[in-house]
Amino acid sequence: MTVKKYKDVLIKPLLEENPITLQILGICSALAVTSNLSVTLVMCVALTSVVSFSNLFISIIRNYIPSSVRIIVQMTIIASLVIVVDELLKAYDYETSKKLSVFVGLIITNCIVMGRAEAFAMKEKPFISFLDGLGNGLGYSIILIAVAVVRELFGAGTLMGYEILPLVSNGGWYPANNLLLLPPSSFILIGLMIWGIRAYKTDQVEPNEFKISSHHSAPDLSKRELNV
Amino acid sequence: MFEHYLSIFITTVFIENIALSVFLGMCTFIAISKKIDAAFGLGIAVIVVCLITVPLNNLIYNSILKEGALAWAGLPEANLEFVGLISYIGVIAAAVQILEMFLDRFVPALYNALGVFLPLITVNCAILGASLFMIEKDLLFGESVVYGLGAGVGWAMAIVVLAGIREKLKYSDIPDGLQGLGVTFLIVGLMSFGFMSFGGISL
Repeated sequence: MTVKKYKDVLIKPLLEENPITLQILGICSALAVTSNLSVTLVMCVALTSVVSFSNLFISIIRNYIPSSVRIIVQMTIIASLVIVVDELLKAYDYETSKKLSVFVGLIITNCIVMGRAEAFAMKEKPFISFLDGLGNGLGYSIILIAVAVVRELFGAGTLMGYEILPLVSNGGWYPANNLLLLPPSSFILIGLMIWGIRAYKTDQVEPNEFKISSHHSAPDLSKRELNV
Repeated sequence: MFEHYLSIFITTVFIENIALSVFLGMCTFIAISKKIDAAFGLGIAVIVVCLITVPLNNLIYNSILKEGALAWAGLPEANLEFVGLISYIGVIAAAVQILEMFLDRFVPALYNALGVFLPLITVNCAILGASLFMIEKDLLFGESVVYGLGAGVGWAMAIVVLAGIREKLKYSDIPDGLQGLGVTFLIVGLMSFGFMSFGGISL
């Protein structure tokens, strides 16, 4: 029973309850850092570690946090974790940290971290909260990696900097699709991805507010009274 | 001097629009753009909070955190930049809280109009993003006031435009899986391609 629960918490956010495509959380960074796979991977590791550890620590002290100041307490924990990640990145991978620029700092306001802290870690025990954070971090990573693979492979013909599709400009056969390297293309990719996931998991479809009426035929003019 | 400020303002609103060019504050941007009224209220709240917190963070950075800023206190080598993130978010959370109390006491009409959006703004990455970009660009105090205003106005404009499109879209026949979130993403993508056409302008 408990093992199944742990498994659910870890697996469900990957596709069924994906934080990006279903809960609309944490989209900002999904768009800005996905033009290059290696940068994306660093971002995914950073976010996953912050969300799992913030869930763990918040869950440990959840019974001592007065509910009126809980947002500030959560923010302090999250911000401290992000500072640790930011400093580590600056120390060991300065190039990537320059490329990510403000987006590492923006993990603080990434709604996934806040959302999981508020919705899960404030209620559940530490270990399962940690797994929930890990699951949501991985769910975020899956989408980001998928977008980054498409953008880098078809936009620049490379993956992680290695050449996969030789470009025409380098004497190969593949004409690069530069459109995919522009940031807005990731919106379109994620939109299509949502369409794909919802075509497969039809219970995620949002109902339309208005139905198109089934009476498509033009109004019957012959029955109208003439007011001449 | 005036021209310099005007060019910062125009650049932030159009060329580096915080929603459509750097993609910040996307969660609220997509979640609260179903109705124009709500989008407008949130937009105003973002403008006000940006206008207050960006200059405030600028003061904190330049007079406390920056390397050598504490020389007057006998600490010429102190570099507190590493606590930057936590102080900016602290300033934003506190400013939002104070603004909420102030409006509740003195301008109840505006307080009621903004309603639930005000506390939500603390976790809007557009606000923190504006502060972080301000630090990265190394702006002076006067410039940071204009930058904060421009960032807020640009974001507010973008969300109102998106809400307008989505209101019209309610009546259209969209494939099931694309309904709601999916089609919103496609629209924002197209809007953002549109805003890229400002990219070539240099002021």
